Amino acid sequence: MRLLAAMSGGVDSAVAAALAVEAGHDVTGVHLALSPDRQVLRSGARGCCSVEDAHDARRVADELGIPFYVWDLAERFTEDVVDDFVAEYAAGRTPNPCLRCNEKIKFAAVLDRALALGFDAVVTGHHARLADGALRRSVDAAKDQSYVLAVLTADQLAGAVFPLGSMTKETVRALAAERGLAVATKADSHDICFIPDGDTRGFLARRLGAQPGPVVDAATGATVGEHSGAYGFTVGQRRGLGVAVGDSRPRYVLGIEPVSRTVTIGPAELAGVGEVRTAPPTWTGPVPELPLTARVQLRAHGTAVPCEVTAGDGGGLRLVLGTEQRGVAPGQSAVLYAPDAERGDLVLGQGTVLGTA
Amino acid sequence: MTYLDHAATTPVLPEVLAAMTEQLGRVGNPSSLHASGRAARRVAEQSRERLAEALGARPSEVLFTGGGTESDNLAVKGLFWARRDADSRRRRIVVSPAEHHAVIDSVEWLAKHDGADITWLPVEPTGRITPDALRAALGDGSDVALVSVMWANNEIGTVSDLPALAAVAHEVGVPLHTDAVQAVGQVPVDFGASGVDALTMTGHKLGGPMGAGVLLLRRDAECVPLLHGGGQERDVRSGTLDVAAIVGLQVAATTAVRTRVPRAARLAALRDRLVAGVMAQVPDVQLNGPPLDDVVAGGPGRLPGNAHLSFAGAEGDALLMLLDARGVECSTGSACSAGVARPSHVLLAVGADTDRARSSLRFTLGSPSTDADVDAVLDVIAPVVERARRAGLGRR
Ligand SMILES: Cc1ncc(COP(=O)(O)O)c(C=O)c1O
Repeated sequence: MRLLAAMSGGVDSAVAAALAVEAGHDVTGVHLALSPDRQVLRSGARGCCSVEDAHDARRVADELGIPFYVWDLAERFTEDVVDDFVAEYAAGRTPNPCLRCNEKIKFAAVLDRALALGFDAVVTGHHARLADGALRRSVDAAKDQSYVLAVLTADQLAGAVFPLGSMTKETVRALAAERGLAVATKADSHDICFIPDGDTRGFLARRLGAQPGPVVDAATGATVGEHSGAYGFTVGQRRGLGVAVGDSRPRYVLGIEPVSRTVTIGPAELAGVGEVRTAPPTWTGPVPELPLTARVQLRAHGTAVPCEVTAGDGGGLRLVLGTEQRGVAPGQSAVLYAPDAERGDLVLGQGTVLGTA
Repeated sequence: MTYLDHAATTPVLPEVLAAMTEQLGRVGNPSSLHASGRAARRVAEQSRERLAEALGARPSEVLFTGGGTESDNLAVKGLFWARRDADSRRRRIVVSPAEHHAVIDSVEWLAKHDGADITWLPVEPTGRITPDALRAALGDGSDVALVSVMWANNEIGTVSDLPALAAVAHEVGVPLHTDAVQAVGQVPVDFGASGVDALTMTGHKLGGPMGAGVLLLRRDAECVPLLHGGGQERDVRSGTLDVAAIVGLQVAATTAVRTRVPRAARLAALRDRLVAGVMAQVPDVQLNGPPLDDVVAGGPGRLPGNAHLSFAGAEGDALLMLLDARGVECSTGSACSAGVARPSHVLLAVGADTDRARSSLRFTLGSPSTDADVDAVLDVIAPVVERARRAGLGRR
């Protein structure tokens, strides 16, 4: 196959490209320049799409002996991912930019262009298994990225190759070291790539300005404090609320109301959620019949819990959870899995969380 | 492999390789006083004399540098500092916006850090700077530190009339630097007869080694050094002379100048066939730069080996990648440090819009180029452009 390897400059995409070459495919590497500020330099283990990452990716490509180019997708990334991220927070929701990037950039803009230029598929270093169109969790549960890939449709998955899904991160590093790739020991990037210092609240404050509003305790209905921007909060958040309430029980963010900028907090017993409503879902394969028993994961590093899936309002889904969950934030994805201990849990699809009960 | 990127660099000539290898096997610092040093100095000074002769300069006007970029930096900054130090009103640099980045970025650095004012010269649609435009920009010249206009453009191949431009600068007593990296060996260049005060050239565009260049600097031109040290090169440039590189550069330059006329005719004919062949097969192709048969001051108005084409609706990046995959190597123009293609400042300077600038490819022929290279392009260009145009349509 003619494969386009998306190479971030990290160890995962480097090994993915190497394995594709060794499997006998005709591979071309591209580094996606996503940051509008070209000179952003790596600080610690953070950030992506810096000059240094482009260099690291190019070094790997040169070692593998494959052509390498940089594709400038900064404009689309800014519109589809960064601006979307800011707008979602401004609307009181909690977006997942990695999911959005996979949906709109890597497996849309990049894949479309690759196909038009005569490639058969895009190969990436994502930790997820993909075989015969079935998307499954990685064998490395800690590194599994199926959550941020669940938004892909069957068409998009048909143009994707994930060579790393059946190996652990440790193995990936060992394979990189065996091949003498300099990125073998490069630190993982953990944060949002366009917020290299990791200070999401500060980033949003710069973009959105101060938007003070009240913090209300749901237990008493009393205003217990003021915040400088509701975008600094996420439903389920417990730390950093900056308020003092009468009793010493922990408080959680229960809801964010963007118009009045009200952040509602409450004790643990009010933070639990038994039911989730989603926007119209996307499916990785054939549309399943409802009702359906599945497992649902409600945030990137959460655990999946059993749920009953039925049709909801406006083409969305209604998920009745087997056990109450805390921190179900509107804007996050509710990803549905069919458990499969042997081959890896199968990703069925996802719907964006609209609300909870 | 079809290599059509000779303006980026061109293969080292066998006679250059032989001369350099011989020199690399010897010991001797040309500044040393003993026999080994004297032998090295003899080789370096012979090279200086031969280069001077080939380029119409005096040996003392030849300063060896570490390449075209260094020569450009040295000329622009060194002339600026010297002229301003002699008269603090001289802060203006009159320069073409189609220069190589080695000149543009030097000028912009001076503006940002050292009080220089920049006057960007108007450029003809062909890429040429006219004597009238220069005269108008200079005014009475009393506030001008220097003029810098390239002899031949590395992207679109435009040749300007440097003797006429130097004469205009001298009317008001202003020195002129020219970047002749792409001109030497391609069009007639005579330093003394041209009247220019400083001229940049480099070895690796002529069949010489990389990292070896020359600044020809008139004996009466004041130039403040960038590199301080042993003062080896007229006290304007310091550093132990790289004798092997100097010999290589000299053999390459003298060979290129000696063989110029028949080679230029051969490359122009190949280039013309390439352009005509592409245009015959592919719709909506535009030639950037001067017409192929353009003439300036009685000589070629366009570098003989240069073809620069825009393919409306296709991205240069995509074209380059598709050609590369089919064994044809060419260039899109400028790239920044992260390798992200920016629309070429040269095309923007000649009035092209961003789309046209982004949809262009440069093919440059050199001594080893043959009919087979042209055929290789013509064999693949039509489907490549068609595919790139289809990929281009998907973009918003
Ligand atoms: C017009 C021009 N000036 C300057 C340079 C820089 O020369 P060098 O590569 O020797 O530093 C080049 C080549 O890249 C060039 O084409």
